[in-house]
Amino acid sequence: MSFPLLTATAALPAIGAVATAAVPAAQRTAAKWLALLVSLATLALAITVLVRFDPDGARYQLTESHAWIKDFGVRYDLGVDGIAVALLALTALLIPFIVLAGWHDADPLETGSKRWRPTQGFFALILAVEAMVIISFEATDVFVFYIFFEVMLIPMYFLIGGFGDRAHEHGEKAASTQRSYAAVKFLLYNLVGGLIMLAAVIGLYVVAGNFSLPEIVQARANGSLHMATSTERWLFLGFFFAFAVKAPLWPLHTWLPNAMQEATAPVAVLITAVVDKVGTFAMLRFCLQLFPEASKWATPAILVLSLISIVYGALLAVGQRDIKRLVAYASISHFGFIIMGIFAMTSQGQSGATLYMVNHGISTAALMLVAGFLISRRGSRLIADYGGVQKVAPLLAGTFLIGGLATLSLPGLAPFVSEFLVLVGTFARYPAIGVIATFGIVLAALYTLVLYQRTMTGPVKPEVSAMPDLRARELVVVAPLIVLLIFLGVYPKPVTDIVNPAVKQTMTDVHKTDPKPSVEAAK
Amino acid sequence: MENLIALLIAAPLLGAAVLLVGGRRLDAVGHWIGTLLSTVSFVFGLILFVDLLGKGAEHRTLIKHLYSWVPVAGFQADVTFRLDQLSMTFVLLITGVGSLIHLYSVGYMEHDERRRRFFGYLNLFLAAMLLLVLADNYLLLYVGWEGVGLASYLLIGFWQHKPSAATAAKKAFLVNRVGDMGLSIAIMLMFTTFGSFAFGPVLNHAGDASEGKLTAIGLMLLLAACGKSAQVPLQSWLGDAMEGPTPVSALIHAATMVTAGVYLIVRSGAVFNAAPDAQLAVTVVGAVTLLFGAIVGCAKDDIKKALAGSTMSQIGYMILAAGLGPIGYVFAIMHLVTHGFFKAGLFLGAGSVMHGMNDEVDMRKYGGLRTYMPVTFITFGLGYLAIIGFPGLSGFFSKDKIIEAAFAKGGTEGWILGGAALLGAAITAFYMTRVMLMTFFGEKRWQPDENGHEPHPHESPRVMTIPMILLAVGSVCAGGLFSIGDRFLHWLEPITGHSEGNSPLSAAAVTGATMVCLVIGVGIAWAQYGRGPVPVVAPRGSLLTRAARRDLLQDDFNHVVLVRGGEHLTRSLVYVDHTLVDGVVNGTAAGFGGLSGRLRRIQNGFARSYAVSMFGGAALLVAATLLMRAV
Amino acid sequence: MNPVNYLYLSALLFTIGATGVLIRRNAIVVFMCIELMLNACNLAFVVFSRMHGNLDGQIIAFFTMVVAAAEVVVGLAIIVSLFRTRHSASVDDASLMKL
Repeated sequence: MSFPLLTATAALPAIGAVATAAVPAAQRTAAKWLALLVSLATLALAITVLVRFDPDGARYQLTESHAWIKDFGVRYDLGVDGIAVALLALTALLIPFIVLAGWHDADPLETGSKRWRPTQGFFALILAVEAMVIISFEATDVFVFYIFFEVMLIPMYFLIGGFGDRAHEHGEKAASTQRSYAAVKFLLYNLVGGLIMLAAVIGLYVVAGNFSLPEIVQARANGSLHMATSTERWLFLGFFFAFAVKAPLWPLHTWLPNAMQEATAPVAVLITAVVDKVGTFAMLRFCLQLFPEASKWATPAILVLSLISIVYGALLAVGQRDIKRLVAYASISHFGFIIMGIFAMTSQGQSGATLYMVNHGISTAALMLVAGFLISRRGSRLIADYGGVQKVAPLLAGTFLIGGLATLSLPGLAPFVSEFLVLVGTFARYPAIGVIATFGIVLAALYTLVLYQRTMTGPVKPEVSAMPDLRARELVVVAPLIVLLIFLGVYPKPVTDIVNPAVKQTMTDVHKTDPKPSVEAAK
Repeated sequence: MENLIALLIAAPLLGAAVLLVGGRRLDAVGHWIGTLLSTVSFVFGLILFVDLLGKGAEHRTLIKHLYSWVPVAGFQADVTFRLDQLSMTFVLLITGVGSLIHLYSVGYMEHDERRRRFFGYLNLFLAAMLLLVLADNYLLLYVGWEGVGLASYLLIGFWQHKPSAATAAKKAFLVNRVGDMGLSIAIMLMFTTFGSFAFGPVLNHAGDASEGKLTAIGLMLLLAACGKSAQVPLQSWLGDAMEGPTPVSALIHAATMVTAGVYLIVRSGAVFNAAPDAQLAVTVVGAVTLLFGAIVGCAKDDIKKALAGSTMSQIGYMILAAGLGPIGYVFAIMHLVTHGFFKAGLFLGAGSVMHGMNDEVDMRKYGGLRTYMPVTFITFGLGYLAIIGFPGLSGFFSKDKIIEAAFAKGGTEGWILGGAALLGAAITAFYMTRVMLMTFFGEKRWQPDENGHEPHPHESPRVMTIPMILLAVGSVCAGGLFSIGDRFLHWLEPITGHSEGNSPLSAAAVTGATMVCLVIGVGIAWAQYGRGPVPVVAPRGSLLTRAARRDLLQDDFNHVVLVRGGEHLTRSLVYVDHTLVDGVVNGTAAGFGGLSGRLRRIQNGFARSYAVSMFGGAALLVAATLLMRAV
Repeated sequence: MNPVNYLYLSALLFTIGATGVLIRRNAIVVFMCIELMLNACNLAFVVFSRMHGNLDGQIIAFFTMVVAAAEVVVGLAIIVSLFRTRHSASVDDASLMKL
C-alpha cells in the first residue's frame, strides 16, 4: 500500500495542534515556532500533493479508502480532483502567513488586564482549523465531509470569541461582549446551516444507501439510482443552504462582518480566505455533482442572489466606517462573484470561480493582514482615525495599496483573471446578469480607493505621525503574497491547467455545454 | 526582430521594478535610470521603425507570441504583441515624447524628495501604454488600459499629502472605471459573438456578425474611449487631474494616455465601419466634446486647466474624425501625433512658467513674462501657433484635414459636424490667444505669495528647455512632414483603410473658412485681453462664463446625483442591513430568548412543585392510556 | 381471599405516599413517603405474581428493594449534608438549582 499522502497532509497539522497545545505555558515562543514549522511542513506535503497530482489523469487521485462505520456504509474515503488540489494548496500556503502575522496576537496583555490569552491555544486552534479544512477538501465521502465541515466550527468559535484586537474604542468590557456576540452569531448561523444539511445527508443516505460521492454520481449517471424530482430538489436545498451560509450568500451573510470585525486580522483571514472557501468548494463538488438537475432548476434564483451579493456587498462596503468591516463586505461581494461563476454553468465561469477562490484567498490575505498591521499600530479600526500614513510608513501604504488594487481586480494582478472569467462565463449565458455584475468593478474601485484615500493620503494626523513602517516579520508575510498576486496575474496557467480538467468533468456531470459564438471566427 | 517588441515593453517595466523596489539606495541615480530605460525603449522603437520602413507595405505587421496567458476551454487569451503601422506610430510617439518628458522631469522634480518614485511611476506608465498599443487582443489591451489608469492614478496623486490631489486621483480612476466597464462588456460581447477577442478574428470577421451586436460592441468601446479620453459625459476627471506634477499632465493627460480612446476606436475600425449607428454616436460625442472642452478652456484662469480644456477639445476633434470612418481614421491619428507634440510642448512650457513663478498657476498673476523667459516664450509660442492652426505649422495640416473630412461625411450630418469643427477652431484660437496674452504679454501682475516671497521669474535650466525646444521643432515640422506627399496617409492606409468621401466644399474653401475662423478667434481674444490691462481678480462674467468656470456644471451634477445619491443609498443600505437583514435573525434569537425566559419560570427550584408536575404528567399518561383502551 | 383486595391496599398506600411527597416539607418525611410508594408498588408486583402464577413480579420486587436500598443510602447522605449546610431539612430551602 502506498503512503497515505492525503491523510498525512491533514494529520500533520492535527498532530501539530495537539503538540502545540501541550507546550508548557512558559515556553510560548517555542509554541509559536512549533506551529510555524508544522504549518511549513504541511505546506511541503501540500506541494508534494500538487506535484504528484496529474491534471490529465483520473478524476480523483491519491485516493485512500477504508471502511469506517460499516452499518451505515460510511467509508473513510479521500481523493482530490483539480479543484480540491488548488484549494488544498491555497490553504496550506496561507496558514504559515497567518501564523506569522498573528505572532504577537495572542501574547499576554500588559499587566493589569485580567484577560487570559493562551498563546499555545491560539496557534493550536489555527492548526486544528487547517487540519479540518484540508480534510474537508479531500473527503469524497459525504458523511466524512459533513463531520469535518461541522467540527471546524468549534475551533473557529474559540478563535473568534477568545482572541480579539488589543484595543477597542469602547473599552475592554464592551469588546468582550461584542466578541462573544460575534462568535455566538457565527456559531449559530453555521450550526443552523449544518443541521439542515444533516437532514439532507440523512435523506441522501435513505435514497442512495451509501455516502460515497463517486458511487452516487456514477449510479445517477448510469440510471441505476433514480431520484424523484422533488426529492432531489429538497436534498439540494438542504446542502445548498449550509454552503450558502458558510460562503456566505446574501441574505445569510450578516455573521461575516461581525466575525471579521471582532476577530484579529489573521483569524479574519482564516475565516474568509480559508474556511469560507469550503462552502463554495462544496457547492461545486457536492451540489452540482450530486444533484445536477436540481442545480439547474435553482440556477436562476441563485444567480439573482449572487448578483445581489455582489452589488449589495460592494455598496455596503462603501458605507462602512470600520476597516475590517469594509473588507468583510468586500468579501461578500467577491463571494457573490464566485457563486455566480459556479452556477453560470459554463467552463469559463467555473474555472473562473475556482481561480477566484484561490486569488481571493491571496488578495484578501494581503489586504487584511496589512490592515491588521495598521490597526495594531494605532489601536483603532475606524477609518476616520487614520490619515497621511503614506508619508510616515510608505512601505505599509504601498503594500496596502497593492492589496487594495488586487481587491478591485486590477488587470495584471491575479483576481482580474478570475473575475473576468466569471463575468465572461456568466455573460455568455445570461447577458443581463453579466452586465449588472460588471457594475461591481466600479463599486470595488470606489470602496478601495476611498479607504486608501482616507487612511493613507492627506495631511499626517498627529496620532499616526510616529507610526513605524513595516517590520521585517511583517514584510516576510506580505512580500510573498504580493509576488504571488503579480505572478498569478501575469501567468495563471499553472492553476488553470490543474483546474480545467476538473471543471470539464463537472460540466459533463451537469450535462451542460458552453454556448456557441454566433460567428465562428476563432478557427 | 520580433523579440525587440517584447524588449520595447520590458525596458521601462524593468525601470519601474528597479526604481520602486530598489528603495532609498537609488535616490541619487533613480531619475537617470528612468530616463535611460525610456530612451532605450525609444531606440528599440527606432530600430523597429527602420526595419518596417524597409519592408513592403503589406509585410509591415510583426506578430510576437510570447506565451499563453489564460487558457480556459474556449477562452484563449494570449500574451501576443502586434506591431504594425498604427502601433508603430504610437510607439514612437510614446517613447519619443516620453523620453523628452523624462529628461524634463529631471529638472522639474529636482527638489522633490520622492523623485525616484516619480520616475518609477513614469516608467510604469510607459510600459503600460506600450502594452496598450502593442497588444494583439482586447484583453491584453485591457491590461495596458488599466495599467495606464493606475499610473495616472499614482501620478495625479503624487503629492498625496494634498487632499485635493488625492481626491483628483481617486476621481480619475473611478471615472475611468466606468469606461472600463464598457471595455469589459465589449470584450464579453466579442467573446460571445466571435468566440474570441483577438484582433485578427474579431476585425476580419466583423462583417459576419449582426449589426445589432456590432452596434452594441461599438457603443461599449465608445464608453471606454469616453472614460480614458475624457469625452463627454465622462470628461469631468481631466480638469482635476491637473493636480499632478506638470510633466505628468504633459505626458499622460495631453500627449499619450488620453489619446488611447482614439487608438481604440481606430483600431476597432472594422467593427465601427459595419455599425453606422455606433459611428454616429462617436461623431456626436466628438463634436460635443470639442465644443465643450473649448468653452471650458475659455473660462479657466488656471493655465493648466485651460490647457486641459484644450486637450479635451482637441481629442474631441480626433474622436470626431475617428467616428467618420475610413474618411477620418488617418487624420485622427495624424492630429493625435501632432497634438502630442504641441500639447506636450505647451504643458512643458506651462510647467516652465510655474517653475519660475513659485508654482503659481493663475494666469491673472502672470503677464509680461516673455522677456524673463525667452526660450519658454518662443517654444510656447510655436506650440500656440501650431495648435490654433497657423498656416504651415503642424496643427494647420492635421486639423484642417479633420474639418474637411467632417464636411465630407455628407448630408446634414456633414454640415453640422463640419460647422461644429469650424466653430471649435475659432474658439481654440480665442482661448489659446487668451492664454498666450495673459501669460507672456501685458504688464506684470505678480504678487507676493502668502509667505511674502516675491516671485523672481527666470528661465528654466537646460535640462528642461532642451525637451521644450525639441517638441517645438516637432510642432512646427511634423504637419508638413506628414502631409506633403501624403506620407502619413500612405503609411497608415494599409491598416486603417482610407476613402475620400464627397465633400460639398472644396478643400480650398474649407481652408479659407478655417482661416477666417482663426482670425476671428484671435481678434476677439486680442480685443479682450491684448488691448487693455487684464484684471487680477476675475470679473464675475456672464452666465456662460460662470458655468464654464465650473466645468459647465458637470461636477455639480455629479455631486448632487451620484455622490449625494450614492451616499444616501449606501447609508440607507447600511441601515437596512443592520435593522432588517440582521434584525430578522436577531429577532428570531430574541423570540427564542423570550420564550425560554417564560419557560424558565417553571423551573423554580422547589422540589415539591417538580413533584406535582411529575405526578400530573404521570396522571395524564395513565388517563391517556385508559382513554386509548376505552376507544 | 381475593387477591384484588391487596391491590386496593397497594393503591391506598401509594396514594398516601404520593400525597405525603406533595404536601410535606420535611425532607425525611418526603423520603419516607417515597419509600412508602415504592413498597406499595412492591406489594402490587407480588400480588400480580400471585395472580398470574409466575415469578416475574417477585423478581422485580427484589430489584426494587435493591434499588430502594441504594436510594436510601444516597438520599440520606444528601439530606444529612443538606442539613449540615442549611440547618434545616425543609425541601423548600434547597431551591438553588433554578436558573
